[in-house]
Amino acid sequence: MTTDGSKLGFYLLLAPILLWLVVLIILPHLGLFWVSISEKIGPREFQTGFGNYVTFFEEPLYWRTFARTAIMSILATALTLIFGFPIAYYIAKLTRGRTKTTLFLMCMIPFWVSELVRTFGWMILLRETGVFSNLLQYLGLVSGPVEFLYNDAAIMVGLVYTSILFMVVPLVTTLDSLDDSLIEAGYDLGGNSLSILREIVIPHAMPGIVSGCIVVFMLSLGNYLTPILLGGKDSLWFTGMIYTQFITRFNWELGSALGFLLLALSSGVVFLGLKLSRQSLADTMGRA
Amino acid sequence: MIPTVPQPGFAKWCYRAYVTAFFLYLALPLAVVCVFAFNNSVFPSLPWEGFTWAWFFGTEAPFIGVFNERSILRAIGTSAFVAAWVSALAVAVGTCNAFLFVRHSFRGKSLLYILMLLPLIIPGVILGISILVFASAIANTLEDATGLWFDGLRPGLILVILGQFSFITTFATLVISARLQKFDPSLEEAALNLGASKLGAIRQITLPFLMPAILASAVVSILMSFENFNTTLMLVGSESPLTITMFDKLKQGSTPVLNAVSLLLIVMSAVLGILSLLFQKPKR
Repeated sequence: MTTDGSKLGFYLLLAPILLWLVVLIILPHLGLFWVSISEKIGPREFQTGFGNYVTFFEEPLYWRTFARTAIMSILATALTLIFGFPIAYYIAKLTRGRTKTTLFLMCMIPFWVSELVRTFGWMILLRETGVFSNLLQYLGLVSGPVEFLYNDAAIMVGLVYTSILFMVVPLVTTLDSLDDSLIEAGYDLGGNSLSILREIVIPHAMPGIVSGCIVVFMLSLGNYLTPILLGGKDSLWFTGMIYTQFITRFNWELGSALGFLLLALSSGVVFLGLKLSRQSLADTMGRA
Repeated sequence: MIPTVPQPGFAKWCYRAYVTAFFLYLALPLAVVCVFAFNNSVFPSLPWEGFTWAWFFGTEAPFIGVFNERSILRAIGTSAFVAAWVSALAVAVGTCNAFLFVRHSFRGKSLLYILMLLPLIIPGVILGISILVFASAIANTLEDATGLWFDGLRPGLILVILGQFSFITTFATLVISARLQKFDPSLEEAALNLGASKLGAIRQITLPFLMPAILASAVVSILMSFENFNTTLMLVGSESPLTITMFDKLKQGSTPVLNAVSLLLIVMSAVLGILSLLFQKPKR
């Protein structure tokens, strides 16, 4: 398609994308790294060094929160997979036509709504004066108000809720492409539901499982609203620490270092997931 | 477990029950948010004090409705302003990118494609702080050099727009590229044979073909911009968009006026979401 006349057109098309990627993505991240290796030695005086990273490893609060955020995100990812898989299978394999479209749409509507509204909904349900507490009192199961909010379980409920669609959608797509006759053949050859699930369904769904897990882990790791609003005073989350360093403490150097560590963890997991499943970023993300 | 292979009734029943429970779990938080928007009480919680419209139209304190609450109306205006800019920019750049990736082959194309996808895997908070740090560095340098003020590079609406644009463009590019890939180039060649100029052919033939994808990505961009929190949080200045305003109010302790705003947001999101699906639906 390329002709002489379109040479100019080509450069005109190249300009916006380069401008976007260089000015808003590449340079800011290089700048972030640069700030993260600057140590403050006086007012407006800096020297280059890894002091901020050393602070991270020496201060237990920072690396413990980092580890906690990572572990809770892994747990949230696993729970999302366990809860989401049967739903995806139901939508992909056990429904047809209109029902399928409707169920799929019902899955999507909550995710078009702002995360803030969804989290607010959970606060109304879980708090001491909330719906669940009142329901339990009404049923006579407990004698006084119960606080369900402000603990790690509440964070987990919120995280799973927030990210389950990103697990269900890729799973439905991959399970849709699994031919029913393969499952029938499995039964004909004497398999039971469990062995068929293990030998046929899960191997086929693997690309969907991997891309779902990557996205859910990333979203949980980078989440700010859910842990801050649903978690208690001790439920620290790494994004919350970054926010504190930047906005409250105005310590941008340490904040940048923390931000870079979060970015490294998140990218590392994405890279590892893609390598393990032998997929490319273009295939995985293009599907979303 | 597929329809053609019979399963014991009990297992089937359990499965159905689980699916039903799951959809209840999905609907529950949104449902309570909507219901408590009509509770005649100053707290969005039980007991139920009776039905009221006050949280929408009320004028007397403490029952000030959404439509009379200045701060919320202003925040909605700010959000709409940001969303309009983000959507326009993202769709314009996304369309260019689609033409670039579908129509041209050049050295480093696959590298550029991967770079284009990167904003999807960068956490929103990091995207926010990196742009904040970079813009401030430029502002400091420029101010030291010239002695003038560069407020546009300090936290504020311009940075919010740029921050949201930086990742929403990727979505617009993917949606529009997918549609352009389905375009039959012979249609454009026919237009050229019939005497159209290159640009004329694109305007008359290709862009109308792309229109559903362009509209759909514009709607999705508006939706994503309206709802974005993480990136916006780091870049916001004195004028805050709706999600930030609601977050601040929520931290202070909430009244059902937040439920009323949320109800409006839910309705708007559902309408926009369904609209974007309708645009993308193949008509032929």
